[in-house]
Amino acid sequence: MLELFSTFNYAVIIILMMLGLYVVFAARNLIKKLVGLSVFQTSVFLFYISIGKVSGGQPPILVDSHKTEDGHASVESVQVAAAGDSAVQHSLHHAPEVLYSNPLPHVLILTAIVVGVATLAIGLALTVRIREVYGSIEEDEIDRIDYQYNLEGVAK
Amino acid sequence: MSPTIILDIGLITMLLVIAFAIIRMRSLFAVVMLQGVYSLVCAAWFVTLDAVDVAFTEAAVGAGVSTVLMLAAMLLADRESKEVSLRRQIAPIIIVVMTGLALFYAIGDMPLYGDANSPVNSHVGADYLKLTEKDIHIPNVVTAVLASYRGFDTFGETVVIFAAGLGVLLLLGLNGNAGKWRAKPNGVRVGRSPAPAARLKAGASVIAPDAMPKPKAKVAPKKPRGRPRKTAAKKTTTNKKA
Amino acid sequence: MNPHSILRVVSKFLIPFIAVFAFYVQFHGDFGPGGGFQAGVILAASVILYALIFGLDAAKKAVPPSWVRIGMMIGVLLYGGTGVATWMLGGEFLNYGVFTPDHPSHGQHYGILLVELGVLFAVASVMLAIFYAFGSRQAELSDEDW
Repeated sequence: MLELFSTFNYAVIIILMMLGLYVVFAARNLIKKLVGLSVFQTSVFLFYISIGKVSGGQPPILVDSHKTEDGHASVESVQVAAAGDSAVQHSLHHAPEVLYSNPLPHVLILTAIVVGVATLAIGLALTVRIREVYGSIEEDEIDRIDYQYNLEGVAK
Repeated sequence: MSPTIILDIGLITMLLVIAFAIIRMRSLFAVVMLQGVYSLVCAAWFVTLDAVDVAFTEAAVGAGVSTVLMLAAMLLADRESKEVSLRRQIAPIIIVVMTGLALFYAIGDMPLYGDANSPVNSHVGADYLKLTEKDIHIPNVVTAVLASYRGFDTFGETVVIFAAGLGVLLLLGLNGNAGKWRAKPNGVRVGRSPAPAARLKAGASVIAPDAMPKPKAKVAPKKPRGRPRKTAAKKTTTNKKA
Repeated sequence: MNPHSILRVVSKFLIPFIAVFAFYVQFHGDFGPGGGFQAGVILAASVILYALIFGLDAAKKAVPPSWVRIGMMIGVLLYGGTGVATWMLGGEFLNYGVFTPDHPSHGQHYGILLVELGVLFAVASVMLAIFYAFGSRQAELSDEDW
């Protein structure tokens, strides 16, 4: 059952990526293009994170070993660690039987999410300026106005 | 095992429906809101994939700040988009289908979902898990890797955020007043009017003339002074000054 | 009766809690999910909520744009400054172990604290600056063209 779900997982994420990419190509409105780009980006993050998942694992937050006996991290040990008890902190050992998900894709995607919102902000600022200068945010309208301005020196 | 599968299938179905709705809708307000919902459902899926830090960031950034910024930009632009004719959609559909087929072909090489010994999960990732409790002694491995082992990348990311803020401030101004464009080739100011502003003629505009009262009143069609020849030639022939 | 009175009362109650939650997320990023980015975005969201309900001018009186401009720079300088400080102490760039040479893990704690603080300032200020930039711009269409 898990093997059937594994391929289905990747296939669905690829379909979502392609839907977002289609919006980037086919939409003529600039804001809709940016929304499609954002959907595409989020789907790529999904793909990346689903590669790093380990079945039977838990979030990559180390739990205290002498509170867990059988490899299942008890909830209260994570909460004690979250409360920052310094005695727990100094005795933090990685129990060899506890399985964690891979932390490296999480780090890379954290950076990617924040860079994505940065480029989105610049794209939206450019869209606002284009709207003020051309009077429209549809791509074909902007092309037509540019063409006429370059041809005749005045926009019609 | 099975309750998680039902949750995953539910989330996947919602994501597919939202993506289809974004393609088909024309009202920009609805499209921006659907983008926020998409980010939030993805954040829920990240939690089931054990990526709690990423889910936190995606919910805060994607469903919070990103939606607010898009709404603010949309309020300064249009509310509806034009319809795209079917003839224009054919080429994007072909490209997207071909790319999708190529990626489906590549799924055959992907590691099994959840494999603990796949190449991704074996080398550097497992090393970070082992080294964090020896070197840094904090429970959250993602923060340790982000701030210490890959601290240089995080420095680059902070500078990128700073550059984006700088770019938006240069384009729009902190009090909304930047962006008045003045052309000065060789130090000579060209025209008094702002950037080659396209003022659409009445009746030829996309937006109906009575829907935009203010720009019409605001703008007198000024020709920039740097281009006298063509329009001056036209004027002399029509005015019969010769 | 002001039609927004429920929003105003509830947000007056909630906005301090949102700000405190942002600082909680910042400082507990070591022990649970969290860290500088999430905390910066939540802090900016609290001021954006105030601006949405009470008006942009009231928000600009509460958090003036000059603070925001300075905050952007302080964030990047804190992060880079930590790296330069480790240079001065003899190590490589961003090698936090040289802060306390006999216990390198304590040096790592100090380094991570400083660096996440820099990220908090940078991200919160930039998000707020972008919101101020978009919000202060005059729209061309009037309200009945919706």
